Amino acid sequence: MEQYTLNLIFVGATFALYIGIAIWARAGSTSEFYAAGRGVHPVTNGMATAADWMSAASFISMAGLIAFTGYDNSTYLMGWTGGYVLLAMLLAPYLRKFGKFTVPEFIGDRFYSPTARVVAVVCLIVASVTYVIGQMTGVGVAFSRFLEVDNATGLYIGAAIVFMYAVLGGMKGVTYTQVAQYCVLIVAYTIPAIFISLQLTGNPIPALGLFSDHVASGQPLLERLDQVVQELGFAEYTGHHSNTFDMFLFTMSLMIGTAGLPHVIIRFFTVPKVADARWSAGWALVFIALLYLTAPAVGAMARLNLIDTVYPNGTTEAPIAYDDRPEWMQNWEVTGLLSFQDANGDGLIQWYNAGSADFAATAEERGWAGSELTVNRDILVLANPEIANLPGWVIALVAAGGLAAALSTAAGLLLAISGAISHDLIKGQLNPNISEKAELLSARIAMAGAIAVATYLGLNPPGFAAQTVALAFGLAAASIFPALMMGIFSKRVNNKGAVAGMLAGLIVTVVYIFLHKGWFFIPGTNTFTDADPLLGPVKSTSFGAIGAVINFAVAYLVSNATDEPPQEIRDLVESIRVPRGAGAAQDH
Amino acid sequence: MADSPSNNEYWSANMRLVAICLVIWAVVSFGFGILLRPMLSGIAVGGTDLGFWFAQQGSILVFLALIFFYAWRMNTLDKQHGVDEE
Repeated sequence: MEQYTLNLIFVGATFALYIGIAIWARAGSTSEFYAAGRGVHPVTNGMATAADWMSAASFISMAGLIAFTGYDNSTYLMGWTGGYVLLAMLLAPYLRKFGKFTVPEFIGDRFYSPTARVVAVVCLIVASVTYVIGQMTGVGVAFSRFLEVDNATGLYIGAAIVFMYAVLGGMKGVTYTQVAQYCVLIVAYTIPAIFISLQLTGNPIPALGLFSDHVASGQPLLERLDQVVQELGFAEYTGHHSNTFDMFLFTMSLMIGTAGLPHVIIRFFTVPKVADARWSAGWALVFIALLYLTAPAVGAMARLNLIDTVYPNGTTEAPIAYDDRPEWMQNWEVTGLLSFQDANGDGLIQWYNAGSADFAATAEERGWAGSELTVNRDILVLANPEIANLPGWVIALVAAGGLAAALSTAAGLLLAISGAISHDLIKGQLNPNISEKAELLSARIAMAGAIAVATYLGLNPPGFAAQTVALAFGLAAASIFPALMMGIFSKRVNNKGAVAGMLAGLIVTVVYIFLHKGWFFIPGTNTFTDADPLLGPVKSTSFGAIGAVINFAVAYLVSNATDEPPQEIRDLVESIRVPRGAGAAQDH
Repeated sequence: MADSPSNNEYWSANMRLVAICLVIWAVVSFGFGILLRPMLSGIAVGGTDLGFWFAQQGSILVFLALIFFYAWRMNTLDKQHGVDEE
């Protein structure tokens, strides 16, 4: 059977499953629409959170980033998992005890201020929309590759499918479709990894295979990788080459951002009890860790396989001829994400680090006139099974898994956006007497609107999917996380402090990002670049941690200069700190 | 709801527990994984050093253990101080 047909069957079957579940679990009341009636078991909730959380950036992009950089990109692994420790200990149980539906609702009530609630809605929309743009970009790229259509068509098909189940199903539909999506994506991620780990190291567990011996050379795998990349002038794979301070800040931004992203936080509103909220965070990380412990092995092994493909007789011998290149290279050349430029006209594919001064003499001696192969980092996970010559059904499975990851996150984000607009802005501010039916309708309209905006921006994205996603984390870290934390752990921070803190954190971070990435992401309007940032080594993706510190400091100073919060607010803080008395969600 | 002094005791026990867990959280990731990696370079693990292992595997495993330990310990504390959900 042709690969194209196999892809269609796998992707089609999984989509039919998701849509079927969404229709079966169609939400009736507002409480069900937002929070699934709070009947979700911690393990189920953990699995759905994992699917919600692991997006195109985790599935498609992360292992590729690690593969081409090595140790320095461990930041993604630590950052995107370490945030769950903060969530479990600092936020989740208290927000569950508070017993409302959305993040802005908590901020509005705790800081007894409609202004604080509106500011929280703005922070939420800025962070979430930035995140959805990245997802829609990923959806477009994956669809266009596997369905062999152009990028725009792929994006429209993806948008239509997200619209159908997110709008029809609400949270409950999303919870159960996301459980299904988790199963698809984790199987799709680990099966090729197990095959490749067995081929290279004989160890069926990729996380252990990474630290085992490479069968073909008898050396430890990572030692072998260090050796072959250095023979081509690339930096040592396990070495530390980036700026340590920036690495620290970037990891911190990703961690705080994880704990501040509203679509992840609302997951913890859906468990029956406060105790379950604590377990839920643990279960979510179990399901996330299954992918994250495998990802560094996928990256290292893919890099080694790629080098072996180009240099079948070893890196000191001649590379393969362009005419003998494997079929997967030809497939990806069609997308333009992999390209060959015969710089010295010998018909062979020389792939090395042309930027390395130490390697320049060797390259000249061999008659090489520049690196001739360009590989986009984002294709690595999708191309991985093809590089390793795995059967066609594995390739189709990875296609379905990548789409599951991108679509599930997009749906969760859209739900958070629509909840903020319909529940916090319309019902909370503009029209408190709105009927339940009209609120549900406005949530669906908001969702459709958000999909339209994200699809439009996804056609002309501000950068690679993973870059856009990292920016969204910085924004959430600088705006939402500090407000939530101070709301729980301080009785002194008041309405003015919280509003000033959120605005300061958000604005400073947005400005720093726009200075480096262009105003409203318009190319060419940037004053600085991440290669040479405004503040020493601090890249725009790492700035979220500094934005969070500014948020904390401003909120603290302004609160201390103004009135103490009223007694009932201090009582509210006391009450969310103890689990007893947590009932079902109360609507206003 | 339990009386206020007991709640304060409960809250400070919770804060102590959170502080211990977050110190471990920071030491394994920012410490062993990034800043202290040079100090661990002498300890070989499968072709590289212990710092690399913590950055790509170890910290995630420790995070998992921390969350489950915290959940178990807090649920016990809730009962001891009579503030658990009936």
